[in-house]
Amino acid sequence: MGDQVKARVMDAEAIDRALVRIAHEILERNKGAEELVLIGIRTRGLPLAQRLGEQLTRIETYPVPVGAVDITLYRDDLKQRRSRPVHPTDIPCRLDGKHVVLVDDVLYTGRSIRAAMDALVDFGRPRTIQLAVLIDRGHRELPIRADYIGKNLPTARSEQVSVRLDEVDGENTVIILGGMDADTC
Amino acid sequence: MLIHASPHEVHEIDHVEDTIDFRGRDLLGMEDFTAAEIAAILDTVASFKEISERDIKKVPTLRGKTVINLFFEPSTRTRTSFEIAGKRLSADVINISVSNSSMSKGESLRDTADNLAAMRTDALIVRHKSAGVPHMLARYLPSPVINAGDGAHEHPTQALLDLYTIREKLGTLAGRRALIVGDIASSRVARSNIIAMRKMGMQVSVCAPLTMLPVGIEKWGVDYTSDFDAALQDVDVVMMLRIQRERHGDVLFPSLQEYSSRYCLTSARMRRAKSEVLVMHPGPMNRGVEIAPEVADGLESVILQQVTNGVALRMAVLYLIIGGV
Amino acid sequence: MLIRGGRVIDPSQGIDRHTDVWIANGRIAFLGDGREMLQQQPSGPPPRILDVPGCVVAPGFLDVHTHLREPGFEYQETIASGLAAAAAGGFTGVAAMANTQPVNDHPAVTELMLRRAAAVGGTRLYPIGAVSAGLAGKELSEIGSMHEAGIVALSDDGLPVMNARLMRRAMEYGRMFNLPVLSHCEDQGLAAGGVMHEGVVSTALGLPGVPEAAENVMVYRDIQLAAMTGAHVHIQHVSTAEAVKLIRRAKAQDIRVTAEACPHHFTLTHEAIQQYDTNTKINPPLRTAEDVEAIKAGLQDGTIDIIASDHAPHHVTEKEQDYESAPSGIIGLETSVGLSLELYHQGVLSLAQLIAKFTIHPARLLGTARGTLAVGSPADVTIIAPDQTFVVDVASLHSQSRNTPFLGWQLRGTAVATIVDGNLIFERL
Repeated sequence: MGDQVKARVMDAEAIDRALVRIAHEILERNKGAEELVLIGIRTRGLPLAQRLGEQLTRIETYPVPVGAVDITLYRDDLKQRRSRPVHPTDIPCRLDGKHVVLVDDVLYTGRSIRAAMDALVDFGRPRTIQLAVLIDRGHRELPIRADYIGKNLPTARSEQVSVRLDEVDGENTVIILGGMDADTC
Repeated sequence: MLIHASPHEVHEIDHVEDTIDFRGRDLLGMEDFTAAEIAAILDTVASFKEISERDIKKVPTLRGKTVINLFFEPSTRTRTSFEIAGKRLSADVINISVSNSSMSKGESLRDTADNLAAMRTDALIVRHKSAGVPHMLARYLPSPVINAGDGAHEHPTQALLDLYTIREKLGTLAGRRALIVGDIASSRVARSNIIAMRKMGMQVSVCAPLTMLPVGIEKWGVDYTSDFDAALQDVDVVMMLRIQRERHGDVLFPSLQEYSSRYCLTSARMRRAKSEVLVMHPGPMNRGVEIAPEVADGLESVILQQVTNGVALRMAVLYLIIGGV
Repeated sequence: MLIRGGRVIDPSQGIDRHTDVWIANGRIAFLGDGREMLQQQPSGPPPRILDVPGCVVAPGFLDVHTHLREPGFEYQETIASGLAAAAAGGFTGVAAMANTQPVNDHPAVTELMLRRAAAVGGTRLYPIGAVSAGLAGKELSEIGSMHEAGIVALSDDGLPVMNARLMRRAMEYGRMFNLPVLSHCEDQGLAAGGVMHEGVVSTALGLPGVPEAAENVMVYRDIQLAAMTGAHVHIQHVSTAEAVKLIRRAKAQDIRVTAEACPHHFTLTHEAIQQYDTNTKINPPLRTAEDVEAIKAGLQDGTIDIIASDHAPHHVTEKEQDYESAPSGIIGLETSVGLSLELYHQGVLSLAQLIAKFTIHPARLLGTARGTLAVGSPADVTIIAPDQTFVVDVASLHSQSRNTPFLGWQLRGTAVATIVDGNLIFERL
């Protein structure tokens, strides 16, 4: 991308603390871990879901199933993107009656979440679908909101938010990369 | 055409894999693809295999795309495989069977292509008894053409699903040894597989009576033998081809019994092969002629997996070529 | 008419010098300085003067192998359009094969073809009579009465005469009338189903192939029959190195055999078929680079006497089929000279040698006294510009059909004027 790193907004410890908090919030809202299923949106939503799953399991001593969904085949913007690789979707159990928590790294326009919900529909009828994200950077284009947020981060459209995770990128950090200063719409 | 829409959320902005873009490309033959491209296609198959395991075997990816199955030669298996593949991706799949007589007396290939283009079809899958027909159609059609078998020339999706099956079972392709047995001279399955296997670093031998060996095959880097028993030792894959006694009035061997006694894959012959050898067949099988029933149904046989993988491979190919076009 | 400023090359007289040609009353009157003739002219209309500096003036070119498709296949070509194409290609005479419908196996058809050609005027038509009735390969056709009607040779071309005994009889019978047998050498058993040369390219393309042995066995057979009967056999469209060898050896043994090669067989190889373009489908097929070299060597040492086009028009819809179904054949009258001049540019043949392949040798085969600029001969003249570029494009072709693999080619050299009996029937000076 060739953009400059404008700011580092979270370091490894900050990420960990946010995830611990979110784990507790999930348990509080859902009154425990039974009926919970975590589904990470590939690519970086998956390691985040796995970390959350470990937290929940440790706190409640109850094994919370973790799965992954690949939204490439459900995107509404396949035409605009350059060619993307497709990875398998892995749903660990039927979702009927479950509280599904979708997990993603950055919530922006909301289109990925819409695609993920489309993908889930063929796997059963969840009791609720909730959304946990590490970063909410605003600029929603669809009526979608997150239930659990690691950090609210107001950004300009020209900026890019990059979440890097150990499991994928070899480090844990959240940074903002700058484009031009003015909004480009 | 790139539409500069408002920037969407960028997930993997600095770590997008360098994916090869197949959109809009024809799939006419393995001769047109590099090893890297073949590997990229094979890497895509697993995701599509998963869809066929769901209760609701559908994704919306090719919704609104019109895919034509134009089969000049009868074929239930390949056509059904393509039809299922397209429908599981939510495409509208239309089957057209053309008897050869109506084509030669009536509409020319060019007219057929022009008509399809006028109906704004998005992809054409074509099988014809004559080599080169998909290439001719591709010259006239703006949308991609997928070769489902042209004469004795190529059957690329068969080779791809065969490679995928081998890789799925054995883990790697490079250095593996394959033996193809049967009427090599008139087999498009053999040609496509030989080309693709060699590109992926496999060693290939063919076994057939001399009457079925094409001229110049040694230039393809392929070993030849007419001794089936000897050839079976040390191979990782043995691929049996369907046999026909007569081809264009040309008699290639004395009788099916004689062919069978020398070239049928029987349990006795299987004992000469490695215990982990894979037994493959593109279908349809002549049970008892080129392959014994107990071998076709035996533990080493991956013939049914080939069929399963065929649907997934064809889904992957359709997705790569017209997904998001 | 005065043809001024050109280089006259006439192999029949061994002439190769810059001089003018004076034509009077439809005959060659004088070869020399044209100014003298002009001064001597009586009053009357001034003679036509063709200024052709840089050009070569030769006897009228003859093509011994064309298919004019009339009667019966007028949608592909007519005698009128075919002769127009011939004139544009520089030919003052063409031999028309018998595979028309009805077949030219009877004097009535011979007369029809001659009448049509006379109505067109222009390039002369030399009819070739069928060897067998209906080209069925079973019975001899009406050879004697066709000879009276005007045929100059016998051929079942399009098809081989598979029955050796019938071929023997045809040679013996034709010999009584001095009719050579023009032989299409192809063993149908070996060739069956093949659509291109059997080799590495046919294997790669998945197309059934014709082994070269299919031609070689029949060339050898026909040479044997010619030796046995003392008849003159002419091997058509030689395409294999082995055939060239067989013919060379036969000539050394004084067997009465002549041979022709077609420009596509010394220009293209089977590699040209890579894209399944049906305009590369020909019988005999395009072969290997070694065969092309052998044919050039055969032209150079005289083993191959004649260059012929095998002009075979097919309608565009017939060629717009898959490769296996499409008919074989390409047009050639308008590209023959240009492609052959390439041999001159490559140094394979001198201009005199090349011109002989179009003039004196074809004339001997067809039994005509033309093919020469000897004083007193009918004034059939072909003028060529060996360095002028000729682009083969659809708009400029005179043939009714367009089936040629040379579309878009830029040929080095072309015919620029064609004169028959002193009449200028074509020019692009």
